[in-house]
Amino acid sequence: MSQKTYEESKKAVVKGLFLLGFVTLIEVFISLFAKGHIIAGLNDFVWIGYAAGLVIAVLSIYKAYFIIYEFMHMAYEVKGLAITVLLPTSLLIWALFAFFQEGSAWKARRQLVKEKNKISIEPSKEKQGLMDESLFFRL
Amino acid sequence: METTEKLLEPHENHTDGSWEGAAAPFNISYGKLMMWYFLLSDAFTFAGFLIAYGALRFSSPSWPVPDFVFSTAPFGIHDAPLIFVTVMSFLLIISSVTMVRAVQEGHRENKRGVVFWMFLTIIGGAGFLGCQAWEWTNLIGKENMTVTTNPFGSHVDAGTYLDEKGNATGETFKAGASFLMHKSEAGGHGEEGHAEGHHALAKGDHPNAFVDNQSFIHRKFKVISGPNSGDIETEEFGPKAFGALFFFITGFHGFHVLSGVAFLLIIMINVASGVYASRKNGYEMVEKIGLYWHFVDLVWVFVFLVFYLF
Repeated sequence: MSQKTYEESKKAVVKGLFLLGFVTLIEVFISLFAKGHIIAGLNDFVWIGYAAGLVIAVLSIYKAYFIIYEFMHMAYEVKGLAITVLLPTSLLIWALFAFFQEGSAWKARRQLVKEKNKISIEPSKEKQGLMDESLFFRL
Repeated sequence: METTEKLLEPHENHTDGSWEGAAAPFNISYGKLMMWYFLLSDAFTFAGFLIAYGALRFSSPSWPVPDFVFSTAPFGIHDAPLIFVTVMSFLLIISSVTMVRAVQEGHRENKRGVVFWMFLTIIGGAGFLGCQAWEWTNLIGKENMTVTTNPFGSHVDAGTYLDEKGNATGETFKAGASFLMHKSEAGGHGEEGHAEGHHALAKGDHPNAFVDNQSFIHRKFKVISGPNSGDIETEEFGPKAFGALFFFITGFHGFHVLSGVAFLLIIMINVASGVYASRKNGYEMVEKIGLYWHFVDLVWVFVFLVFYLF
C-alpha cells in the first residue's frame, strides 16, 4: 500500500505531528492577535478581523488536506476514489455562500421589521373610499 | 453445453474478498471503500450543522466572542483565552499520529506494536473526552449556560456601569464588548473584581441592576456612544442559539470520539488476542478504525475553526 520504506514513513509521521501542531499554534496566535489580545486595540479594525479569518480558514483547509492525503492515505489511493469523496464535499462550498447570504438577509429583515414597528401613523381624518357613508346598508 | 453450475464457477473460486464478481472498484477492499463513503455521509451531517451555525451567527446582530467565552481552564486559570481548547486540539492531533503508527505496525504484522500504539491512541481520545467533560461542567455549572439560556451577551454601544446609588462608575466598556451575567446566589462564577458586591441581590429592580426570576443579575449601565447616548440600559441575554448550537455540535463530535474510543478498545483487544494475525486480510480492521479516527480529528479542525477561532 505505502510506497515508502518503514523508516521513511516513521519519519513522515513525526514530521506530520510537528506540522499539524505548528499550524494549530499559528492559527490560535493569529486569532488572538486579530482580537487584540497580543497588541491591544487591534480588534477595532474590522478589516484585520476579516483578513485573519481568511488566513485561519486557509490554514484549516491545509490541515484537512494533510490529514486526508497523508494520514488517511488518500494520496496512495486510486484517483477515482479521491474524486468520489472530494467532489461531493466540494459542492458544499456553494451551500456555505448561500446560507451565509441567507443569514445576513434574516438579520436585515428583522432590522426592517423593528424599524417599521417604531413608526406610528395617525388615522386619516379625510373621507375614505368613493361611496358616501349615507349609502351604506346598515343592519 | 453450459450449465448453471458452470456459469457460477468463477464466483465460487473468488473467495479472497467480500466482492462478488469482477475486480474490486478503485483497487480497494470492500470494507475500506464503505468506510470512506460512511465518512462522506458523516461529513455532510457535520457540514449541515456547521453551516447552520454560520447562518444563525450571520443572522444575529451580536454574537458572544469566543475568546471571552472560552477563557477558563482547570486549576483556577482565568483570562487565558483559547488555551484550554488548544490543549484539547493537541490531544486529538497526537492521538491521530499514534493511530498512523498503529496502522504502520499493522502492515508489518507487528502485533505488539499495534497494541502499543492503539493503546496510546485510546489514552489520547479519553483525555480529549475528559477535557470536554470539564469544559461542559464549567459552562453549565459555573457559568449557567444551558441549551436555552445564554448568559454571554455583548454590548451594542460603549458605556459605563452604575453603582448602588445609580451613579456612573469608572467601570467602562467598549462597543461590542462581551459580558457574562452572574446569578444572584453567593459563590456564582467567583470571578473577583468583575461583579464585586453583585452576588447577593434580592429579586427585582435596583438602581445598579435588575434581578430576574431566574436570579440572573442584569447590570445597569449608561450608554456613552451611538444614537442612544445618555440612556440607562440593562444587560440582556445573548443569542439563545449559541448555547443550543454549542452543546449540540460539540456534543455530536464528542459522541463520535466516545464511540471511536469504544471501537478502538474492542479492536485493540482483538489484536492482542491474535484475531487478525490469523485472518486473510490481516490488520485491515485497524486501518478501517484508523480512517474513522482521523475523520474525528478532521471534523475537530473545523469545529475548532468555527467555534473557537472565528
